[in-house]
Amino acid sequence: MATDASAGLLPELANVYWRPRMTRDRLRRRERLWTLTTLAHVVPFVAVAIGMLLLSPLAAPVSLAALAHAWLIPALYARRGATVTRSLQPGADGAERVSLGLLGDLVDHDARELHARTGLVPEPGTLGTWLVGEVGALLVSGRRVSCWCVRATDPEGARLPSGDRVAHLLLALRCDEEGFATVANLAFSGARWRVRRRLPKHQRAALDAVA
Amino acid sequence: MSRLIRMDGSGHTTLAEWTTDDPASVEVAVAAFRAELDQGSIAMVTRGPGHAEHVRELPLDEQLVIMRRPIAGG
Repeated sequence: MATDASAGLLPELANVYWRPRMTRDRLRRRERLWTLTTLAHVVPFVAVAIGMLLLSPLAAPVSLAALAHAWLIPALYARRGATVTRSLQPGADGAERVSLGLLGDLVDHDARELHARTGLVPEPGTLGTWLVGEVGALLVSGRRVSCWCVRATDPEGARLPSGDRVAHLLLALRCDEEGFATVANLAFSGARWRVRRRLPKHQRAALDAVA
Repeated sequence: MSRLIRMDGSGHTTLAEWTTDDPASVEVAVAAFRAELDQGSIAMVTRGPGHAEHVRELPLDEQLVIMRRPIAGG
């Protein structure tokens, strides 16, 4: 048998050759950058809110508006991140059943059960624990969640059923975890509670299960 | 009996089945495998829990070979 000569690297890396490989250290730097970005949005607005209130109690409405901005901007980022777990329009019933059967063969009972409830498949990795969906994945590491936007390409326009969309990502992730994180786009990284609030209720159990 | 399948709009399609002691079935499977690669598909085999491997030639001793489309950042 001939296996990939490049020692298990994801073939899709050739399409993003300009991106440095997403190692654990590089991921931590990206996470810290997201934290700094969040602070850069929150701190000025909170400072304005406090400053205005100290200048004049009559400026309380302005202070409240500034605090609302401090809350809303990170919330919008987290909401964008949480959309990576959304489900697409399902395919035909028969195709869905067949695809879920194949996906079920790739994972164990607990993962099958969690997928049935939440649409997300848990997958332990070296960077953290992944929750793989149809058009993206969450990477849970401690109290932080990173949201990755990635999907199977479908140039012929044939709609893949949901199980196949998840299986595509799962197989790629299992082949080369760092390569998977390199190919995927990081949509958000931040506190788990921020992402959890923006997930649909039925998917929050998946985050709780791997936390 | 080994199987070569492609994940597609129908869930999955069996492209070929072969046994190593049947050269004709191997030949058909290899041809189907190469045709899929030519169309841009990527071949995967599972390697136990949590592991999968990309293969560039049909591994005749595997029970299941899965063809998938490439992935890309959304």
